[in-house]
Amino acid sequence: MAGHDASGHLHVSAASKAPYDEATLARLHEDAAAVVARYPQKRSALLPLLHLVQSVDGYVTGRGLEFCAQVLDLTTADVSGVATFYSQYKRHPNGDYTVGVCTNTLCAVMGGDAIWEAVSEHLGVGHDETTADGKITLERIECNAACDYAPVVMANWEFFDNQTPSSTIDLVDELRAGHDVVPTRGADKVCTFKEVSRVLAGFHDGRADEGVAAGPASLLGLKIAHEQGWTAPTPDSRAAAQPAKGAAK
Amino acid sequence: MTARLTPVLTAHWDQPRAWTLAAYESTGGYAALRKALSMPAADVLAEVKSSAIRGRGGAGFPAGLKWSFMSPPDGGPRYLVVNADESEPGTCKDIPLLMANPHSVIEGAAISQYAMGSDHAFIYLRGEVVHVYRRLMRAVEEATAAGYLGTDVLGSGTTLRVTPHAGAGAYICGEETALLDSLEGRRGQPRLKPPFPGAAGLYARPTSVNNVETIASVPGILLNGADWFKSMGTEKSTGFGIFSLSGHVTNPGQFEAPLGITMRELIDLAGGIRRGHRIKFWTPGGSSTPIFTEEHLDIPLDFDSVAAAGSMLGTRALQVFDETVSVVRAVSRWTDFYAHESCGKCTPCREGTWWLKQIMERLEHGQGQPGDIGKLDDICDNILGRSFCALGDAATMPISSAIKYFREEFEAGMHTPAAELFSPDASVLFDTSEVKEAAKA
Ligand SMILES: Cc1cc2nc3c(=O)[nH]c(=O)nc-3n(C[C@H](O)[C@H](O)[C@H](O)COP(=O)(O)O)c2cc1C
Ligand code: SF4
Repeated sequence: MAGHDASGHLHVSAASKAPYDEATLARLHEDAAAVVARYPQKRSALLPLLHLVQSVDGYVTGRGLEFCAQVLDLTTADVSGVATFYSQYKRHPNGDYTVGVCTNTLCAVMGGDAIWEAVSEHLGVGHDETTADGKITLERIECNAACDYAPVVMANWEFFDNQTPSSTIDLVDELRAGHDVVPTRGADKVCTFKEVSRVLAGFHDGRADEGVAAGPASLLGLKIAHEQGWTAPTPDSRAAAQPAKGAAK
Repeated sequence: MTARLTPVLTAHWDQPRAWTLAAYESTGGYAALRKALSMPAADVLAEVKSSAIRGRGGAGFPAGLKWSFMSPPDGGPRYLVVNADESEPGTCKDIPLLMANPHSVIEGAAISQYAMGSDHAFIYLRGEVVHVYRRLMRAVEEATAAGYLGTDVLGSGTTLRVTPHAGAGAYICGEETALLDSLEGRRGQPRLKPPFPGAAGLYARPTSVNNVETIASVPGILLNGADWFKSMGTEKSTGFGIFSLSGHVTNPGQFEAPLGITMRELIDLAGGIRRGHRIKFWTPGGSSTPIFTEEHLDIPLDFDSVAAAGSMLGTRALQVFDETVSVVRAVSRWTDFYAHESCGKCTPCREGTWWLKQIMERLEHGQGQPGDIGKLDDICDNILGRSFCALGDAATMPISSAIKYFREEFEAGMHTPAAELFSPDASVLFDTSEVKEAAKA
């Protein structure tokens, strides 16, 4: 959510300024030092540090802003200006799971709009709203680079491919019931918003080797090439791999 | 027989645990880095230059040329920044590439750094793909442990580093200078050019920003030679690329082919248009490229041929819409996207996209006012060429091209809602009768 249509400045409630307890603060400082060490200039650590704040607080809190500002020698206004620019930084407590329905043109037309309506009605919440049990924050999202699997739904930024209204309703019901849910292409289960925020801050959760390498649509061209015996030329046999002239038969 | 598909980048995506170092090495991975380090850096650069590979991120600028335009080494830092922000609507190649084979991008980044005299690369990944970030971080760790990255790569004394970095949701951060600001911990807003990143980029140091697919193509060029690369594609659009078919085709998916393949061939490989339907319009390179229609199916998909036909090859994001789809609805939604993602830095784009959105919305709802089409044209004229970066220009592309090919649908928007002319139920991929039931459940 870049720019001017964002709803103004970051609203910081008094409660969210309550200081971190000592143990949390110590751990935050330790993590922040590791993040800062990755970059030639420390301000580059700001985006990951905001993800780190969300991994502790579940959104960008007043105390989180102050923490980032202090670590990076910035003003809280600097930090708040950055936090409000990016759509993944939340201005109010996020649910345990962000469920995003792609409603950019291609997904919308293939069924994303219908999925959005069904799931929004089912949960009784609209865009960037959270269910009363604090489990799910629903979002309309933009293109998430999986168009060959349209309609696409993301749960805490894991891929749920080829969705229908009923599959997405099942997904949110399972999440609300506290059951493990497995993405189509991703880790063995959807982790919580806080857990995922920690990964985005650059800290491993040991799940990289879980899940598939690629889904069937990603592999389609390769599969056809195997079936037809088509390959790129080998360096010595620079066989003609010019585009075939004319139309396909 | 001519190979219509030429898997190189995608060739090993179907291997067991394809993303691991072991899998990558078992198919010849990192041999190109070994070879590169045995050559003078200038020769590595010359090979890439000679391949004539054009950037795969949309604009198609030759990569070797971009590197050779960087300010000469002065002893200070120089950076490679790999653009993995992939957010252009319809574009879905870099993310599966990084998910299935992150090492190809890391090897490419290592070789490219060496060629441009840099010792540090960043990979800026959009934040909305957490599993890809896990794979990328793990791959960097594995490559470092194996000695392919670090302070003395493969005993050569050369330092090559790769730092993955996650964004936080903003399409504009794919624009290379906005990306650099974002990577510096700021709001992602484009910078004034010049100076170009090659002179003053990341931390005001010489920097090259390159797309994931461009960088992943480098190991093959090094290992097999520029002539091998040029044996594919066309004279001015050399090599292969991943073509992403989505939408109303029978089997959407990724197809790696020589540049210059036609849309008709690709649709054929995808099993044709969805059964019982006809193609109506399509994008050659994402929503930021003027739409095409059925009459453009035989245009070779290379940079120059697509440009000559009035559009752009862009990212080869081929989104297909059949006759059930209202072009006004489609364009209206894209316009929402540009208005939402406009960074607000310059007036033509910030204000213009807002006005475009208002007008497109009323046309979509059958409430267009007399003169609206002319107004759209006027606003587009005022944005195009007058905005600070290419996002503003991009916002006008779907609108002007859709008016050109489907003016009557915009005229119908004066009195009839798009949903009445084209029932949305007819376009979706599932049975919509279940929808109302499911929501109640
Ligand atoms: C609004 C906007 C978004 C862009 N998004 C991307 C992107 O996600 N990935 C990318 O590689 N290039 C993107 N670009 C193009 C980059 O500015 C740049 O040209 C490209 O990364 C250069 O790499 P290449 O020469 O290898 O293509 C975008 C450009 C604009 C104007
Ligand atoms: S054209 Fe749009 S996105 Fe680009 S600088 Fe201007 S306001 Fe920002």
